[in-house]
Amino acid sequence: MNLQVDVEQNDCVHVFKIIGEIDAFTAPTLKEQLEKVADQPECQAVLDFSQVNYMDSTGLGVFVAFYKKVKAVDGSVKIVGVNKRLKRLFEITGLDDIVEIEMESGDSNGTV
Amino acid sequence: MPQEVGKQYSALLQKYIQHEDETDLYAAQQVSRKFIEKKISPEEVISLHKTSVEEIFPELAVKIGPSYDFLIEVMIHYGLALMEHQSLIRKQEAMQIEMDVAVKVQDMLLETSIPKVEGLDIGLVSKPAKKMSGDYVYFIEQKDGEACVAVADVMGKGLPAALCMSMIKFGMDSLRSSATEPQHVLQVINQIVEKSMDDSMFISMFYGKFDKKTCEFTYGSAGHEPALLYRADEDRFIELDAKGLLLGIRKDVDFQQKSVEMSSGDFIVMLTDGVTEGRNAEGFIEEEVILDMLRTMKDRPAQQIVDHLYTELFKMQNYMLHDDFTLVLFKKE
Repeated sequence: MNLQVDVEQNDCVHVFKIIGEIDAFTAPTLKEQLEKVADQPECQAVLDFSQVNYMDSTGLGVFVAFYKKVKAVDGSVKIVGVNKRLKRLFEITGLDDIVEIEMESGDSNGTV
Repeated sequence: MPQEVGKQYSALLQKYIQHEDETDLYAAQQVSRKFIEKKISPEEVISLHKTSVEEIFPELAVKIGPSYDFLIEVMIHYGLALMEHQSLIRKQEAMQIEMDVAVKVQDMLLETSIPKVEGLDIGLVSKPAKKMSGDYVYFIEQKDGEACVAVADVMGKGLPAALCMSMIKFGMDSLRSSATEPQHVLQVINQIVEKSMDDSMFISMFYGKFDKKTCEFTYGSAGHEPALLYRADEDRFIELDAKGLLLGIRKDVDFQQKSVEMSSGDFIVMLTDGVTEGRNAEGFIEEEVILDMLRTMKDRPAQQIVDHLYTELFKMQNYMLHDDFTLVLFKKE
């Protein structure tokens, strides 16, 4: 399974549109794209998961590393378009308490 | 290229062409060793051969000279590919050694034994998908009839993962006589882990303890899959979730602590995502399927229940685990 990551920059916000499944094989592609912006001062990133139906723990590892790097430069990460399964993953891991998450329908789920 | 070796090669070649003597072939082998010592590449050897031929047969060299240039070009790429291949093999060997060490650490250092607490029946299955597991289970038995367990899933591989597991073990061991409250244990382990882990690593962990005197099961979770409680008198399952962030992400984290009372026939299943995210050709195995299996086995001893669940789910996934598989079951007798 392939993973495609389209990157767009709107003003100061980097939007990553992720398409496909994020697992041990495809996670390096996502990591490579995210790392390009992770250490920019006050980096603001939006990760669009609306076309991701599965992410395993390797994917979560890539996300966690990105989150830590962005926090270290006083930046912010927002996640949009997660389906039910992914939302549950972010809730179980407690990541929904430290990252702003919007579901597919657009309802917000608390902020940092 | 060192001229001395070049001259030696040229002289040897001339001698061999004249006499075709086997001792010269042996000498050629010695020269080739010198080439390796002096790091002379295969294409340089061909270039040397070309120069020698030009000296020995000047007329012939005009005709066949370009063929050597052709061969040199081929050998340059051949040499590069060979070098790349060898470096990959070296890397693979290094990784294998690290993996072997990590497996040893896991087998010896991280051993655990199932507590024997009156009135509590414990079952355990933990199977790695590959050689080394990212799942970790550690039990502690207290003198006053308490059984504590940590079920953890470490993201990452090899030695770093094994070392993370040792942090959990030593964290729990150091707290064993003082404070075993889930909230406190998770906080302490989080602080140990947060300081020492690489950015892309994290651990999810469920921690629970059963107290014989009160029959209470107290638990907390650091970003781990919720445990399942089977209520025998109601014949239903309840998810035991507790809010808490994965270990190793932030320094100060609040972990929710909850407790439930267990009655006779009740059991609690603690698991890793290798159990809940099992996949077959049609997709994910539904949670209902797992619950039904547990229900049919509810009257059996704890070990039989977990063994049955593993066998069945393994079969459903065509005898192939995609992820490490761990199940711990506490059953109130």
